[in-house]
Amino acid sequence: MSHASTSKRRGFPNPIAWIGRSTIGLLSEVGKLTNFAVRIMAAAFSPSWNFAQIWKQVIAIGFYSLPVVGLSAVFIGAALALNVYTGGNRFGAEQFVPNIVALGITRELGATITGLMLAGRVSAGIAAEIGAMKVTEQIDALKTLSANPFRYLYAPRFLAACLTLPILVFVSDIIGIMGGWLVSVFGLDFDSTTYLRNTVDFLTMEDIVVGLIKAVVFGAVIATMGCYQGSKSKAGATGVGRAATLSMVGAAVLVLAANYMMSTLFVNIGI
Amino acid sequence: MTETTSPILQLKNVEKHFGSNRVLRDVNLDVERGSSLVILGGSGSGKSVMLKCALGLMTPTAGQILFDGVDVTHDQGKTREAMRARIGMLFQSGALFDSLTVWQNVAFRLLNAQKMNRSRAKERAIETLKKVRLGASVADLYPAELSGGMQKRVALARAIITEPDLIFFDEPTTGLDPITADAINDLILEQVNALGAATVTITHDMASARKVANEIAMLFEGEIIWRGPASQIYDSGNDYVDQFVHGRADGPIQPAI
Repeated sequence: MSHASTSKRRGFPNPIAWIGRSTIGLLSEVGKLTNFAVRIMAAAFSPSWNFAQIWKQVIAIGFYSLPVVGLSAVFIGAALALNVYTGGNRFGAEQFVPNIVALGITRELGATITGLMLAGRVSAGIAAEIGAMKVTEQIDALKTLSANPFRYLYAPRFLAACLTLPILVFVSDIIGIMGGWLVSVFGLDFDSTTYLRNTVDFLTMEDIVVGLIKAVVFGAVIATMGCYQGSKSKAGATGVGRAATLSMVGAAVLVLAANYMMSTLFVNIGI
Repeated sequence: MTETTSPILQLKNVEKHFGSNRVLRDVNLDVERGSSLVILGGSGSGKSVMLKCALGLMTPTAGQILFDGVDVTHDQGKTREAMRARIGMLFQSGALFDSLTVWQNVAFRLLNAQKMNRSRAKERAIETLKKVRLGASVADLYPAELSGGMQKRVALARAIITEPDLIFFDEPTTGLDPITADAINDLILEQVNALGAATVTITHDMASARKVANEIAMLFEGEIIWRGPASQIYDSGNDYVDQFVHGRADGPIQPAI
């Protein structure tokens, strides 16, 4: 074969082969991630919990995420109130601002925004930490010292994320509603007492619980993705950086996909 | 249980392939009790893969690994754990856990696998740190606060705290200046002799090899191409070994650049 034709073939890969390779690659990746998730869950739900590690992760994942979660929620709540007011104004429905802000935040935005922010802060952080441990042979060292990384490293992060995400989402709900209240009362001339009474009267327990259930799933997704990408990190700063990026992107997409699927489920079962 | 005269570790016809790349080719190796075997080899010769197979961190494509006469090749359960309880490992980078203090690193197995109470484990860790010439004052520091030589000593303390029967050393002197490297070699010898443990050291540092080895094996392109007493290493009659031990660029081994 001539050199020219070889170059041409390299420049234009066979599209069928490319689709085949990509599909096999994707399925293989989904299989590996699922296998990894099952192993994390098996470790997380077996009763020898490492409480010291779990508590450490609760502080790292939960407590230190409060500022970013609070700031995101207040701005989302404020923007939502403004948009609902402007849109509702077109057909005289601006009085529904408190109801729609409360519903939008508790059922959807509180959990989703918290999930997305933590996909960045927590999932990428976990991937970078585990990735750095992998490339400095600390994971191998754990194994030789008879500590199972799934039990010692991954399960505490998984449990801590599943436990703290609902608390963070609850905080996000309150601060998000407060963001809407701030804009409505100080910018749109709503009466403070009426706004708050409308919010409290309108919200049901189901609205809040729906967001909290989503939060548990998002916690599982965020921690699993971080641990998975970190555990297969390649050597060097590039490898660890790539693990963090893949983890953040993967967790964010899965959070949004899981959110849609759970919203559909909850609507179908009438919650 | 097998006779106590059998080798502590045996690799039988071990192969490890990554796709079409045969990293280990029919490796046969016995490590006798109390002996010190050094495995020489250049970069990419398969040393680290062999070590990982022996430790159970990788599963060989073919062949058998026996520890104290028991086949541990595929076992990831109790047999493997029983083996790991009797081995120590000093990683090339030290592999100390950044998030734990020095004493928690040294006493890691005691705290986690053996569930020893913390005060007793800390006492044992400080005793072991003394053996590697580190004072109790470093016990509460974090690994990042120590020099490279001190980190290697802490890693050595972690490898010997449970008084293992077999200790692996992966490039124990890499990244250290020659004087610190020699001090680490002395410490390794002293502690290994005190324990009576067998050791497998992989290195390309000839000064280190000369100092710690009873026996030397040379790994080249995944095969053991020579094995003999340490005293014969400069008189091996093998062109590959000669080139390696004299550090010559010319010879049958192509430099890895």
